[in-house]
Amino acid sequence: MRAYLTSPRFLRAALPAASFAILLAAIFYVQPRAMSYFGMNLMLQYTVPIALATIAQMFIITVNDLDLSIGPFVGLTACIGATLLADTPVLGLLALLACIAAYAALGALIHWRNLPSLVVTLGMSFVWLGIAVLILPTPGGTAPGWVKAIVGLKTPLVPFPIIAAIVIGIVVHVALMTSSYGAVLRGAGGNPRAIGRAGWSLLKIKMVMYAAAGFFGVLSGLSLIGLTSAADAHIADRYTLYAIAGVILGGGEFVGGRVSPIGAVIGAMTLTLTGSFLTFLKISPDWQIGAQGGILIIVLALRALINRREG
Amino acid sequence: MTASDTNIVTLENVAKHFGAVRALDGVDLKVDAGECLGLVGHNGAGKSTLMHVLAGTLSPGAGSMGIRGHDLTGSYNVTAAGENGIRCVFQELSLCPNLTVAENARIFHPSLTGWGWKRRAGAMIRDKLDEIFPGHGIHADDVVGDLSIGKRQMVEIARAFTTTDTPLHLVILDEPTSSLDAHTSKQLLDFVRKAVGEGQSCILISHVLGEILTYSDRIVVMKDGLVVASRAGSDFTRDTLVAAMGNVVEMEEIKEREARDVNRDHAPLVIEARSDTGQDSVPFVAHKGEIVGLAGLASHGQTAMLLKIYDAAMRGRNTATVSGPVALVAGDRQTDGVFHLWSIARNIGVRSLRNMVRNGLIDPAAEAEMGREWQERIKIKAPDMNDNILSLSGGNQQKALFARALASDAEIILMDDPMRGVDVGTKLEVYDLIRAEAQKGRTFLWYTTEMDELYNCDHTYVFRDGAIVADLSRGDLSEEKVLQSSFKASA
Repeated sequence: MRAYLTSPRFLRAALPAASFAILLAAIFYVQPRAMSYFGMNLMLQYTVPIALATIAQMFIITVNDLDLSIGPFVGLTACIGATLLADTPVLGLLALLACIAAYAALGALIHWRNLPSLVVTLGMSFVWLGIAVLILPTPGGTAPGWVKAIVGLKTPLVPFPIIAAIVIGIVVHVALMTSSYGAVLRGAGGNPRAIGRAGWSLLKIKMVMYAAAGFFGVLSGLSLIGLTSAADAHIADRYTLYAIAGVILGGGEFVGGRVSPIGAVIGAMTLTLTGSFLTFLKISPDWQIGAQGGILIIVLALRALINRREG
Repeated sequence: MTASDTNIVTLENVAKHFGAVRALDGVDLKVDAGECLGLVGHNGAGKSTLMHVLAGTLSPGAGSMGIRGHDLTGSYNVTAAGENGIRCVFQELSLCPNLTVAENARIFHPSLTGWGWKRRAGAMIRDKLDEIFPGHGIHADDVVGDLSIGKRQMVEIARAFTTTDTPLHLVILDEPTSSLDAHTSKQLLDFVRKAVGEGQSCILISHVLGEILTYSDRIVVMKDGLVVASRAGSDFTRDTLVAAMGNVVEMEEIKEREARDVNRDHAPLVIEARSDTGQDSVPFVAHKGEIVGLAGLASHGQTAMLLKIYDAAMRGRNTATVSGPVALVAGDRQTDGVFHLWSIARNIGVRSLRNMVRNGLIDPAAEAEMGREWQERIKIKAPDMNDNILSLSGGNQQKALFARALASDAEIILMDDPMRGVDVGTKLEVYDLIRAEAQKGRTFLWYTTEMDELYNCDHTYVFRDGAIVADLSRGDLSEEKVLQSSFKASA
């Protein structure tokens, strides 16, 4: 048992949770009043959209691609949610489905023409932003009432964002890490040729993964307007980098299909908490992004140390 | 019995061209049920292409394919191969390193779904591993990337023999023993005979002619994309088989060679090292101009010793005494050897960049010159040294890696089982090269899993459980002695 607890494999899996716990402990130390239902709710409320965007990015990273458009895409779905979905629900729903279909088509295009995902998604990020500006030229709109109701749910004892994060983590974990098709999907990141040789369609796998990313992008956009009540085309521009950082913080790797959904959710929560932590430390917002980068570097350095022990 | 019961595969006049390269030039091949077919030929003879055609991963340009009595010309693909119970273990491993052993088994079996699939897949692969490789020490939950290359190969082989809903008819093994040691190789080949006895068929591709001669019912020899001989295994001897492949020089010749005239007392000592176990019976030493062999079962500390010496020489670690720069020839070509995106010339020059710098930049003329020189010297078969390294066959890629080490300023060359999956002709050329370079004063440390290669060495250290257990001079060397030392603990 002791050997297992100090094995690199266990340490690597435990690192995201440990970083989160340390950060949380530090916050409680600096600001004991945060240790309450209300405090936790306030600190973690933006976890839900960020965690969903992180999961979306994780699907793309699983198949060795990278999505540089997830932020603007979340912004677009937020704009659709605050306008079309609120005014004409059927049309809004169709528009959101079209967004998911567009993502699946991107996956197909990237596989079919063997294009670098970086280039395609970088280009698409401007397309999403452009459409979002067309739909909602100035910040505004209204989030549909049911979206606000879900996101603002007052759950007993444990705040809603924490429950939502746990549910997201477990659902995706079951789908990707324990289901039998999930093994094939991850295998496509580890050794695509082997998957192709075993008779699986790599085109279908890419389309499934991109569609899943699109679906979680839509959920991210909707949960975001549930919190803000209104939308703006640029509302989620930062999410692209948050999502990548969340996946990596959560123990994922850029290539090789090594990802962890639960880790990714914890990574997203860690990133959200750093913002609060730095505020409690009275560090000016100008420094916050830099400080977040610092935390990222510390965690990744620790992981590199663990990996070196293994190698 | 009808034809479909006894005949598994009938290929007629199958051809496959890649541009101007005629990989297959009209091949006829029949495999019957309950037959072990040995397939031999040089690298580039078309064996691997033929296997890809049978596995359904390449479709032939011409010819007809009959599978178990049905004409599947033009409609044969990976799925059809699976439905007809034809499996292939490819030379380059086809496991997903990020998945567990059980999950890799599932990739192969579309029907393994639903509740408890992981447990069923795990039990299936574990039972097969137990059956083929008793005492393998692999768990179904192990992540494949954490396993050694030998264990990975065991998993891949066992996976090919697992069955779910469709019966298994033919397993194609392409160089299955290249990363296995003598013990596990024998376990595998004995299992193949047992499976064949139960009515399954097997195509065995190997450069180890002894395996082919001992275990095949029928031997097919390929050369330049054609089948040049197909006779019962008992009709061949080592000599006639080599002659059929078009090899003039014989492996046996190496054994006959006299020990080279290296006097240990006069040549200066260049390496002295000990393993981490602290249980070495003798220290590891090498003198200038010697060829020193590292033997024993696969992954018993030989590679660790080479890396230790490398660290001592190149990274200044105080783990061993080494005088002179070293260069390493990797055995796992695809992982540790070639730079996939680079040209052949650049792959050769990378170890010598420091000597090719002019005005702070790499001199492209010097790099091209080095490429040309070594293409000439060790006969790398390539139209242009600026072509991508992956355009070469496996044997020629390995030659390029040798050129990288030999072109450098290194006085000590470390070789980590570099001849995996390399054809006999290339091997003999490289052996000569090594002996010639040793004569000029270079020192070679040579880890090999092939007994025959040890006869090139002046001294052989046998490793077991990470420690040196025997030091055999050229005169003392024999297969029995190496095996005896390798297995002493279990006897």
